[in-house]
Amino acid sequence: MIVAKRKPFEEIKSMIKDYKKVLNVGCGTCVAVCLAGGEKEVDVLNAELDMARKLEESPIELGKITVERQCDREYLETLDSMVDDYDAILSMACGAGIQFLAERFAHKPVFPGVDTSFIGINQDVGWYEERCRSCNSCVLGMTGGICPVTMCAKGLYNGPCGGTNQGSCEIHKDQPCAWYMIYERLERQGRLDSIMDVVPAQDWRNQTPRTVIQPGYKKPEAA
Amino acid sequence: MRLEYPGNVKIIRVPCTGKVDVMHLLRAIQKGADGVYCVGCLEGTCHYNEGNFRCRERVNHVRMLLEEVGLESDRVRMYNLSSGEGPTFAAYAKEMTEHIKGLGPNPLKNK
Repeated sequence: MIVAKRKPFEEIKSMIKDYKKVLNVGCGTCVAVCLAGGEKEVDVLNAELDMARKLEESPIELGKITVERQCDREYLETLDSMVDDYDAILSMACGAGIQFLAERFAHKPVFPGVDTSFIGINQDVGWYEERCRSCNSCVLGMTGGICPVTMCAKGLYNGPCGGTNQGSCEIHKDQPCAWYMIYERLERQGRLDSIMDVVPAQDWRNQTPRTVIQPGYKKPEAA
Repeated sequence: MRLEYPGNVKIIRVPCTGKVDVMHLLRAIQKGADGVYCVGCLEGTCHYNEGNFRCRERVNHVRMLLEEVGLESDRVRMYNLSSGEGPTFAAYAKEMTEHIKGLGPNPLKNK
């Protein structure tokens, strides 16, 4: 899932300081699971903003709604009848959700309530770790299910650099060397020969926004 | 025991302090309560193993949120005692009341 972290309160407060009526929109999928921007976090932020603005003698009226996903047009539709009642919108979705919301309501100022961190996994409640950089060319099959792009500090595709040190990365002793882990796992699985496969250089220049259209689907004419 | 404790303390009963949520505490302060405190079982004696630890974490979270907002974090506190300690309960109620009186009224009251 996409993991996010709520922005510092001061930053959020200063972004909306000139607005008197703000709609806080939560997202019920990834950011709700990682406890950053779901229904409850919307309530907490609204309570904080309400108190802070009252203390500053500049009260604010806050609305709240949490949609299933802000990255889906059908769920954003539910906001159509609400946004005109507000001066600005605060979105607690990931960067994709915020942009999709801002695109739909282009006449309204939209502000982010969270910083989108990474694609990660849930180690425990409230504890998340990055596992994927969405590089669009997955090599997990030949690396024993350990991503060298994400887990190696240099993102190396073909073996470790000279900084590998007794299983640790040169950046920090607590950071495991991705290629050491890959070697260990492939050895345990008896398929060390796959480490000899060479991955050609990736075209990192291609950093324009990507589009995926699944087989059997096409881009509608008027989208 | 016919113990006395300050009449300004309003008791809200929960099955376990693990039920207490960040929003319960925050809402109380938002609505003008001068202070809120949770009284849980002694640490290590929770019937549900970690209810009072969860409460303590939430109390700490709310204290941090109040600091962000610009209110005194010490308006929210956590106390622990065993269910057989009536006198301690009354003593904590007195202690919290005096402490909050020292801080003065919640600035959000009547706003």
